[in-house]
Amino acid sequence: PALGLFLFTIARDPLRIIILIAGAFFWLVSLLLSSLIWFISVKASDPQDERLQKGLLIFGVMFSVLLQEAFRFLYYKLLRKAIEGLVALSEDGCSPISIQQMAYVAGVGFGLMSGAFSMVNLLADALGPGTVGIHGDSQLYFLTSAFMTMVLIFLHTFWGILFFHGCEHRRWWEIVAVIVMHLAVSGSTFFNPLYVGSLVPSYLLMATAAAWAYLLSGGSAQNLRRFLLCKS
Amino acid sequence: MITFMNNSDSEEEPCNERTSLMSAESPSVPSYQDGLQASEAGEVQAHRKRRTGSSRSPNNIADGDMSDSGVPVRESTLENEEEELTLKYGAKHVIMLFVPVTLCMIVVVATIKSVRFYTEKNGQLIYTPFSEDTPSVGQRLLNSVLNTIIMISVIVVMTVFLVLLYKYRCYKFIHGWLILSSLMLLFLFTYIYLGEVLKTYNVAMDYPTLFLVIWNFGAVGMICIHWKGPLQLQQAYLIMISALMALVFIKYLPEWSAWVILGAISIYDLMAVLCPKGPLRMLVETAQERNEPIFPALIYSSAMMWTVGMAKPDTAARGPSQQTWDAAEDGGENHRSPSHADSQMSETRSPVPTRPITSFEEPEEEERGVKLGLGDFIFYSVLVGKAAATASGDWNTTLACFVAILIGLCLTLLLLAVFKKALPALPISITFGLVFYFSTDNLVRPFMDTLASHQLYI
Repeated sequence: PALGLFLFTIARDPLRIIILIAGAFFWLVSLLLSSLIWFISVKASDPQDERLQKGLLIFGVMFSVLLQEAFRFLYYKLLRKAIEGLVALSEDGCSPISIQQMAYVAGVGFGLMSGAFSMVNLLADALGPGTVGIHGDSQLYFLTSAFMTMVLIFLHTFWGILFFHGCEHRRWWEIVAVIVMHLAVSGSTFFNPLYVGSLVPSYLLMATAAAWAYLLSGGSAQNLRRFLLCKS
Repeated sequence: MITFMNNSDSEEEPCNERTSLMSAESPSVPSYQDGLQASEAGEVQAHRKRRTGSSRSPNNIADGDMSDSGVPVRESTLENEEEELTLKYGAKHVIMLFVPVTLCMIVVVATIKSVRFYTEKNGQLIYTPFSEDTPSVGQRLLNSVLNTIIMISVIVVMTVFLVLLYKYRCYKFIHGWLILSSLMLLFLFTYIYLGEVLKTYNVAMDYPTLFLVIWNFGAVGMICIHWKGPLQLQQAYLIMISALMALVFIKYLPEWSAWVILGAISIYDLMAVLCPKGPLRMLVETAQERNEPIFPALIYSSAMMWTVGMAKPDTAARGPSQQTWDAAEDGGENHRSPSHADSQMSETRSPVPTRPITSFEEPEEEERGVKLGLGDFIFYSVLVGKAAATASGDWNTTLACFVAILIGLCLTLLLLAVFKKALPALPISITFGLVFYFSTDNLVRPFMDTLASHQLYI
């Protein structure tokens, strides 16, 4: 689905592609920094202690989430400046791409990158021979990973919209809500392999975020009805 | 700069590489831009930070020649319009370069992942004589540095040689050299490549069929690159050649040497293009002085230049053929010629007046393209291919390098638009790529692996 999103909405406009790649880049940098921190903390600690390692991992995850959001903010700042430049350049005084579109594309960029990093190795391994869950792990590993990744990509997209909107209108609570949601989703994955604990809340959160972002973007129940019923 | 093609068969001509990136723009266009502007208004406005309009740079480069002779007065008033145009075309140009670079990388990565041949070590090129199978780390490092020095010096010598040839107008020699190397590349390497791919997939093919296929491929390739041909076909061939070269490099360069060479070559590129006495810069300037297309080195051009009639007998059809001609030269030599702005196009138009003026009263479709030297393609692909081949984190590292290189390319194009002259395309991208490769491989990989094993998501 994310690929479909990409193809239909982004691939046409070169500017969007660039914003997408840049978004992916920012996510990557945030990942880099957070894994640096984690790596250092792991090296500095005792590798034998299981609980400590797990704790460090959790810490790493949380820290990474925070860093991602920080980078989203940085990216927002950069895009703001860019939009001013674009407006100044354009012929008729308005930017060829609105901040909402940018938010959407940035979200997709983040999402794609995070999804890719989560899934790609898994997919590559899936091509090879093997049995899922042979050591007593869940047999649904691949399926749940796929679903989780998808939900995460969508979430990133929606968070992008919400986040940028919050920054635009100076509504700090929106930003905080995004961060909290992100933390919640990551935290819920700690419940794996008890998949109920992680997938269900994530999907619920995604639905919430989707509705919110939709409303923010100017949609409404009316629009939705008209669209679904194919009225003009 | 011509890159070397190191081969186990030493009959291969060494090639130098040179990379530079220049945006192309047609010089005679400014006055017609206004007409096009309105239609292009909705077009991509380059992310100002990101791409500064490759068209801008070319504009300047091209304008450097034209406006002097042309309309100095209008220059300033045209500047603003040009800037806008530049930015407008900017995003499109960036994408025009993204696509081939991406394609090349995809081909290389796909081959590396599937065909075992390119990851086996079967000896080294004569240009990297020091082996890396030494017991101690220090020794290995020393060997790789020595390898790099040898390689870079060979490249420098070849580049200087090429520049001298160009300066003294030994065109025939250069052409012959290029044709020979492209011949070699198209036929020999394709044969090897095809053989390996067929082996991997266990497909049987008899020699006559193979001969027919390779002959057709090679012949069409030669024509496309060195003469005329549809732009897309030519671009496809250039991409394939770059991929083949990159694969050769990946196979025959020992590990550490490859990374050190990548680093050293980007530094060299930086110096060669920007220093006043740098060979590449001299080449570009000489070509501009003579109003000739930048020497027939391998360049990839992203668009065709159609002529804009300005009471000048231009040939619209020359555009593509010029490109082809320019790009052709590479063959085995990975030429990283300065991506030249379409200024060449306009310049080359003058020696080829074949059409009467009458039909060109109104502005023709003009597409400024950006040109990127093939050597750039090759080294980007080498980086990504090496990441795919040797990184234990596999796809994550490859992806990271890919994104890093693309971003580097964006930034380079941005700088191009700002500075408006030939710029080296390698340094920024390769630096990013290297940084990301090493950091992803060592830092991110354990993190992601641990996360994945617990199925945690960040």
